[in-house]
Amino acid sequence: MTEEIVDKPLPSPSGFAEPFWEAGAEGRLLLIRCKSCNESRVPSSEVCPNCLSVDFEWYEASGLGVIYTYGVMHRLYHPAFEQDLPYNLVVVELQEGPHLPGNIIGIENDALRVGMPVQVVWQKYSDISIPRFQATT
Amino acid sequence: MSHPLRGAAAITGLGITEMGRIYGKSSTDFAVDAVRYALDDSGLKKSEVDGLLINAGITGSQGGGVSLSLQNALGLRNLKLLNHMNAAGSTAAQMVQYATLAINAGMASNVVCVFADAPLREGTSTGQAYGSAGRTSIRPTGVNGLFSTAGYFGANTGYALAARRHMSLYGTTQDQLGAVAVAERAWAVNNTRAQMREPITLDDYHNSRWIIEPLHLLDCCLVSNGAVAVVVSGAEQAKDMQQPPVYIWGMGQGHPGDPRSAGSSPETETGAKIAAETVFSMAGVGPSEIDICELYDCYTYTVIVTLEDYGFCKKGEGGAFVEDGKLGPGGELPTNTGGGQLSSFYMWGMTPMSEAVIQARGQGGIRQVPKNDLVLCTGNGGVLNYHASLVLSPHRN
Repeated sequence: MTEEIVDKPLPSPSGFAEPFWEAGAEGRLLLIRCKSCNESRVPSSEVCPNCLSVDFEWYEASGLGVIYTYGVMHRLYHPAFEQDLPYNLVVVELQEGPHLPGNIIGIENDALRVGMPVQVVWQKYSDISIPRFQATT
Repeated sequence: MSHPLRGAAAITGLGITEMGRIYGKSSTDFAVDAVRYALDDSGLKKSEVDGLLINAGITGSQGGGVSLSLQNALGLRNLKLLNHMNAAGSTAAQMVQYATLAINAGMASNVVCVFADAPLREGTSTGQAYGSAGRTSIRPTGVNGLFSTAGYFGANTGYALAARRHMSLYGTTQDQLGAVAVAERAWAVNNTRAQMREPITLDDYHNSRWIIEPLHLLDCCLVSNGAVAVVVSGAEQAKDMQQPPVYIWGMGQGHPGDPRSAGSSPETETGAKIAAETVFSMAGVGPSEIDICELYDCYTYTVIVTLEDYGFCKKGEGGAFVEDGKLGPGGELPTNTGGGQLSSFYMWGMTPMSEAVIQARGQGGIRQVPKNDLVLCTGNGGVLNYHASLVLSPHRN
């Protein structure tokens, strides 16, 4: 008997955000800075939502932030998460400003708090590394 | 001087189909039924309808939703106004707004606005009807894909994160979220159309299973198959029609946008705040004059944050505001008097709209609120991203 292994949904490592994923594989967090208005953003689009400029540069961020908000999921929506239930999910406000979604690893869900300081850690999957977070002491 | 469009149009017909786990009908079938009932209710002949605005619900994005071809299913000829609209849960109020503008611009006389949905299938759960996100073989580019990787699925997640933010910033409690669920269920007990009519206590609320903390099952709206239609007519015509007219005093919208960055707080300060200014300014009234609230209540939290953003209480005090039961039957601010989306049925913005019409007409039966001069009716969509509202009144001025 074989058990079906279902992969978690993953972003594509190619496309305009390729430098983000490449740096992540080396454990570094890159953000985008708009060269026109200087706003920082995570690589969600090639166009700056603040000023609509397409002119941007990558820079290395601290990887530090705080929990902006969190939830603990009890319902199964996707078969790849069956082993994880109940699992936490968070939005982290990075020190540089932008928000990044993820999960906090290495912590009891009941210990999560808004404002808790965290740092990015990268977890390797088949062809992409994914940013997650752990509490800093 | 009052706003020139205040009271210039009215809701003159209302049609509500059977609601809930009703199978064997498409959303178009439901839409046709709702429009038939709305026309019967208004006394209008089909030939007097010259505008049709359609909102498809979740089946609209899954394929098979009600479409522009509804015109042909209804045999409507020579329309002067037709559109298929979608601004999520704010659409119902928006349809009535655009109908009001079109009528007063002389573009149409009687506009039917209809919402229909049929996401429930026999043998599948309510959650399956709405929560299919992430099951695609297409891998998104950039960090937007990280939401699914983290296990962020559906509106439940977005509202849980928003509610948690509010609870942390302002000390809003689980009991306070529960107070909304309990009050609305108390209203639903007296609504024969409601899907959930068993009274509940705060203990029942706490004992209902977690969906995603901090949301219990009883924090979340129902899912329904069905349709609701309203007819909008000019005020001059409305006064001689079959039903007591429900005049449109105020119209407003607010869509704040979400930069997902420091300094913005779309989770706790919503488009309702923007809409409130417009809708109250047009109506020439403020929150203290509102007798009844029919608020979009996809989640208990939505009610709390909406009350704050309309100024019924200060920002952050919504939890304490609802805790004493003032939203329920006999309370100081009767809210979601048919049971809302939490306990009656889930027709997006047509849930609050239909109950607002019933209350403004004085047709609520044993759940009728005695003072019904001004009713606030709101719609909210996305995760607090899109908002539209109306102030309604049985009085023309």
